[in-house]
Amino acid sequence: MSKFQVDEHGYYGQFGGAYIPELLYPNVKELEDNYLEIINSEAFQKEYLYLLKQYVGRPTPLYLAPNLSKKYGAHIYLKREDLNHTGAHKVNNTIGQILIAKHLGKKRIIAETGAGQHGVATATVCALMNLECIVFMGEVDIKRQAPNVARMKMLGAKVVAATSGSKTLKDATNEAIRDWIQHPEETYYLIGSVVGPHPYPDMVARLQAIISEEMKWQLKEQTGKENPDTIIACVGGGSNAAGAFYHYMDDEEVALVAVEAAGLGINSGESAATSQLGQVGVIHGSKTILMQDEYGQITEPYSISAGLDYPGVGPLHAHLFESGRGTFMNATDQEALDAAFELTELEGIIPALESSHALAVLGKMDLKKDQVIVINLSGRGDKDLETYINELEKREARNHE
Amino acid sequence: MSKINQLFKEKPNRLCSVYFTSGYPNLNDTTTVIKGLEAAGVDFLEVGLPYSDPMADGPTIQESSSVALKNGINLDVIFNQLEEIKDEVNIPLIAMGYFNQVVRYGAERFCQKCQSVGIETLVLPDMPMIEYENTYKAMFAKYGLSNVFLITPQTSEERIRKIDEMTDAFIYVVASSSITGAKGTISNAQIDYFNRIKSYNLKSTLIAGFGISSKDTFDTVCNHVNGAIIGSAFVKYIGANGVDNIDAFVKDIIG
Ligand SMILES: Cc1ncc(COP(=O)(O)O)c(C=O)c1O
Repeated sequence: MSKFQVDEHGYYGQFGGAYIPELLYPNVKELEDNYLEIINSEAFQKEYLYLLKQYVGRPTPLYLAPNLSKKYGAHIYLKREDLNHTGAHKVNNTIGQILIAKHLGKKRIIAETGAGQHGVATATVCALMNLECIVFMGEVDIKRQAPNVARMKMLGAKVVAATSGSKTLKDATNEAIRDWIQHPEETYYLIGSVVGPHPYPDMVARLQAIISEEMKWQLKEQTGKENPDTIIACVGGGSNAAGAFYHYMDDEEVALVAVEAAGLGINSGESAATSQLGQVGVIHGSKTILMQDEYGQITEPYSISAGLDYPGVGPLHAHLFESGRGTFMNATDQEALDAAFELTELEGIIPALESSHALAVLGKMDLKKDQVIVINLSGRGDKDLETYINELEKREARNHE
Repeated sequence: MSKINQLFKEKPNRLCSVYFTSGYPNLNDTTTVIKGLEAAGVDFLEVGLPYSDPMADGPTIQESSSVALKNGINLDVIFNQLEEIKDEVNIPLIAMGYFNQVVRYGAERFCQKCQSVGIETLVLPDMPMIEYENTYKAMFAKYGLSNVFLITPQTSEERIRKIDEMTDAFIYVVASSSITGAKGTISNAQIDYFNRIKSYNLKSTLIAGFGISSKDTFDTVCNHVNGAIIGSAFVKYIGANGVDNIDAFVKDIIG
């Protein structure tokens, strides 16, 4: 048994479990009792893989970025999750979970979203399967990710604003859980990351594992070896990182680098770098590391990137952090913006702000000439254009001076 | 025997409990509210420990918690407030909060404090039963604390019986499969549910909560279970009317 897989009680080391009100127990139990059997069934695998290929456009390319590699003096590959239908890795998970929801006979789908990518990916599969879709999104995120809100609406989803707390991803998740409590029988909660009560973290990790499954044969094809030296991924809740790490977790020769959002700086009071600022606690039904005060009140996080603006991490990542298997780094808002512009200039790829955090640590690492690095480019930057245009204007103003 | 079990022995029916948010509407209202509710004839109290992310609570309690936190409430302040009026309060006190608050404060230290201010019962809606059995049951017992579990219309008979066995205060019967929030009426489906629970002949006292907001709903529920907890309706009331006229609210409900 792998040290980094969930155990039979739903824990990764000391992290995980299902800390949920009794009102949700039957739903979570139903899912726990069924998810492995469904996922491992031939019928599920056939439909899941078919949709990933013909609808989503997988496999996504593994692209050796020549100019980036030259600049940093290493072999840098980009796993192009940005080229998935809907523009991010999130759809790998929603395709899988919608099939599970259908199998369980659920008719009403709810989801939380931060950047709106998970919301769009959920609304998309609900349109495909003709199911009702309600997406909870923080009021702040509705403003900063307007294009995704419009997409969700066009896809037929109802977008409900979360107006409590910091009005971001944490609060959207609270609202989704509340809705679930009120409509337990007919509703399937389609969680967007490796967070929540067991079995969600494990289920979402399995559905994202396709990323590292492809990386293995793609690397073998291109380098002759399945293993890279290093994999880098950004971590909000941690689903794209879980997918990129999944099949390498037991190969300790592969360094796993998780990048959190430092916001305005780790010690600025405006940050979302959970592993650096958090302690053990319980959030959204799972025991993990989270940002909180001495009384266990959850701290409002901050990041320019809506998808990373979350005060916890999934329990798998808490375990990777605590065990030392994962290396946790972080990037500030400005470092992420600079990395986004750099990739755009060097490779002609506009990355999502979330993914830019992963790119931003290249300059902070001691790289070797023949080091093989895979960066999980979790999404594309269309949704962030407004932020990028602001930055562009700042840069232009600076150039005029 | 604990105060609450003494109460259940003396008064098996029409038990009225009120939930309130500590530190709301103002930081120092906690003690006024407790004394006011006791004077008005409430049988036992649920002292709400405000939490930043109260996922089992509806908008009213959520909002009141966030106001209370802004007012500066925290566990130490609450324990001090309870300490202050310890000798004046005779009715049983229950603390209702979230598991993370207990873990972060230090579970043992939390229990110690509860005991010293006279709390003998806890409601932690997101504490898993297995965690309780393996870790906290013994610790709570050491400090004379008993834990209350919730059941809902979806809870299986097998699980209800297990909860009944583990309970030494009461079972919190969630009246609607809903988050807390004043609903206005009790449906036939809810009555069927109460009757189904009653037909199990459980040893524990049954107290209904969630959605009980008026004399009507209180009376209806009390025809089927031993009593009821009023939460959101009271919190809404003190939010609008302050804490000086609690008597009027309680009299309207229990007559
Ligand atoms: C492009 C992209 N990357 C990363 C994330 C962060 O989520 P996770 O850590 O689950 O991959 C998001 C979330 O919205 C996203 O849209």
